[in-house]
Amino acid sequence: MNKVLFAITALLLFHSSSTAQIAVKGDMVYTMAGDPIENGVVLLRNGKIERVGRFDVPSGYEVIEAAVVTPGLIDAHTVVGLAGYLNQPEDQDQVERSAPMQPELRAIDAYNPREALVTWVRGFGVTTIHTGHGPGVLVSGQTMIVKTVGNDVQEAVINPAAMVAVTLGNGARASSGSPGTRSKMIAMLRSELIKAQNYTGEDARDLRVEAFKAVLDGEMRMLVTVERAHDILTTLRLAEEFGIDIVLDSASEAYLVTDQIKAAGVSVITHPTMARHGGERANATFEAASILRGADIPFALQSGFEAYVPKTRVILFEAGVAAANGLSFDEALASITIDAARLLGVEDQIGSLEVGKDADIALYDGDPFEYTTHAIGVIINGKLESTEVR
Amino acid sequence: MRKHLLLGVLVVLTMTHSSTAQTRAFIGAHIIPIDGQEIEHGTLIIEDGQILAIGSAAEIEIPLGAERHNANGMVIMPGLVDTHSHVGQVEGGDGSAPIQPDVRVIDSINPRDSGFQKAQSGGVTTANIMSGSGHLLSGQTLYVKYRDADVIDDLLILDDDGNWLGGIKMANGTNPRRNAPFPGTRAKAAALVRAEYIKASEYGAKKAEAAKAEEDAPPLHLGYEALLDAMSGKKVVHHHTHRHDDILTVLRLSEEFGFRVVLHHVSDAWKVADEIAAAGAGVSLISVDSPGGKLEAKDNHFKSGRMLEQAGALVGFHTDDGITDSRFFLRQAALAVRAGMSREKALFGMTLAGAEMIDLDDRIGSLTPGKDADFIVLSGDPLSVYTHVQETWIDGERVFNRSNAEDRKYATGGYGTGNDQATFIHLLEREAGQ
Repeated sequence: MNKVLFAITALLLFHSSSTAQIAVKGDMVYTMAGDPIENGVVLLRNGKIERVGRFDVPSGYEVIEAAVVTPGLIDAHTVVGLAGYLNQPEDQDQVERSAPMQPELRAIDAYNPREALVTWVRGFGVTTIHTGHGPGVLVSGQTMIVKTVGNDVQEAVINPAAMVAVTLGNGARASSGSPGTRSKMIAMLRSELIKAQNYTGEDARDLRVEAFKAVLDGEMRMLVTVERAHDILTTLRLAEEFGIDIVLDSASEAYLVTDQIKAAGVSVITHPTMARHGGERANATFEAASILRGADIPFALQSGFEAYVPKTRVILFEAGVAAANGLSFDEALASITIDAARLLGVEDQIGSLEVGKDADIALYDGDPFEYTTHAIGVIINGKLESTEVR
Repeated sequence: MRKHLLLGVLVVLTMTHSSTAQTRAFIGAHIIPIDGQEIEHGTLIIEDGQILAIGSAAEIEIPLGAERHNANGMVIMPGLVDTHSHVGQVEGGDGSAPIQPDVRVIDSINPRDSGFQKAQSGGVTTANIMSGSGHLLSGQTLYVKYRDADVIDDLLILDDDGNWLGGIKMANGTNPRRNAPFPGTRAKAAALVRAEYIKASEYGAKKAEAAKAEEDAPPLHLGYEALLDAMSGKKVVHHHTHRHDDILTVLRLSEEFGFRVVLHHVSDAWKVADEIAAAGAGVSLISVDSPGGKLEAKDNHFKSGRMLEQAGALVGFHTDDGITDSRFFLRQAALAVRAGMSREKALFGMTLAGAEMIDLDDRIGSLTPGKDADFIVLSGDPLSVYTHVQETWIDGERVFNRSNAEDRKYATGGYGTGNDQATFIHLLEREAGQ
């Protein structure tokens, strides 16, 4: 480990610009595109991956070494950057409660790239997050995909409008007014979607309806946070009725209806493995990811939304516990790298260590899932962004 | 070979123990006794709910008639001691007053809550069940063993006189802060606590004077009696506290009124580690996966364990279940080790240190002959994410067995595992019987 730290320190002293040429050497390199490479090397140039394999490092490259090298981790759903770590009213921007349906709210207008939790998760190797408006009202707003880097959101953003965040079940029940019941939630959504079907925008623009229209047109998917099995089936019915692309989110009772989910061809961003088993998640299981894998349903892991402590979870830890509960090491790592990239539709850019993809890399001093292993470095767009030992 | 040599000794051993004794031998495990060196290929022998012998498999003779358990490839260590949990739908004081020492959590716990089964599957054998932190003093806590329970009595830990054991729950910082009669500021919080302890002292003095003069004692005041138990050292004060200045306020009050204190959560512990160590206060830590969630926890850091160890403080851990799930309790030790705490002290913190904090270190917390047979069988190293608790034993009884499908459900979760399952099953059985 000292060697690694020395290498990183040396790099910091001599070079840290994004144009530097970096060679990342790993005792074990998990590319997530084929078998892991023992004593592998990943060359980074101009922010992209230039070459991957087992070879001697050419001259002109700064060398960084680590026991384990993986693609930068991707958190398939979080609220980091909108739900701040202090948890005071002034740093909580993930839910606006003035109305039950506000799909026109854009994550890019609220995201704080300098928020402490962005830095926190990056320190563990998380380089990309799907974040934005969270669960808690029927339609809370839009989500986006950003890298955990940059001083402003423009530098960070990959997709500024990824999905429209919907919550069904008790989580969407309004304390007063509508929706007060499950049926009402669906009635309200149906009504808006029908409006969107008929929308032309010729008389006057309506951003709310336009957001739903974007869902109908396949420009944005609908991310439906839902727990109970019957709510999952309601979600699938609604999706079929309107022919819209949905992603099931959290879905702690998905294991009861895997056949239906599989038949619908829907992906699941499953709840954090260590999510508390209470409320509508009372029936959750640590084996959720493993069951989805067994049912051949595409899935990724998420850190999710936390109202109290911890203010965010860390997908590295969630994947580790999934690996201890039925997923193989490779499957668990895939669920926070390449599988997450595929689910988010960004697999051409990130998620694996392949030539031409973004140079986003996480470094560890051992098995990344072990509690006592440390994250020792994070590279984003070819630039060493963190050397903290976490 | 050695067995033959020691046959004579064995005969004596079996004769000196009652023929009805339930003796079990766990053979071949890697044993972490906590009070001594780890044993690579060891044997643990228990009898009648207590630990009879422990040592390397080569040295320990297995009594005749003992039930043999093959523990090859397993790790055995003492049952975990959770110094701070809220399982069992526990309640404490209500909104009527900020200081309610007469309230006892024993009167609120639902022993059929499935949280108990889940905690068994996490390897927790002893816990301090507490009321919440929304009061300066929310009630009297309860020390329990996670035995299979139908009624609260099944969980209790009794002293020699048959009294249940527990401590006192106190809190400062922002949680107890609300509208009057609760405090609105930190100084007011301390003033309210101080006033109550002074009243209890005066009550105690009157009682003593009356006894001396052989006069009638003042009317029994259950709240003051509890505070007197704290000041006499009979009951430990378990004090929720986070911020560095609040931690020092607790230490001052502890010194002023002479109550023994264990600091709980202690987000800023790493900032005042030397002061805590100097005061001799125990510290029960919790690591959560990110800092913040509340203002006082914004500097919560995995490194507190290391810093406190370096300062020489007594360090234990807790789940604060449901803040963290009892099934992930071992993870607390592992995260502390991740940030530099020694493995030895971290495992000590999960067991014997916790036992010390609830005055039970003479009965539990290490695999010492004569202590209660509370231990866990693990599939691997206690600090590894891949390790599962295979079996949990309390007082020589197996309360969790991962190989059993019903038990396993509570280890992983799944449909119905949040329900008061024991009650549900019992009802069905009763119906079936009719």
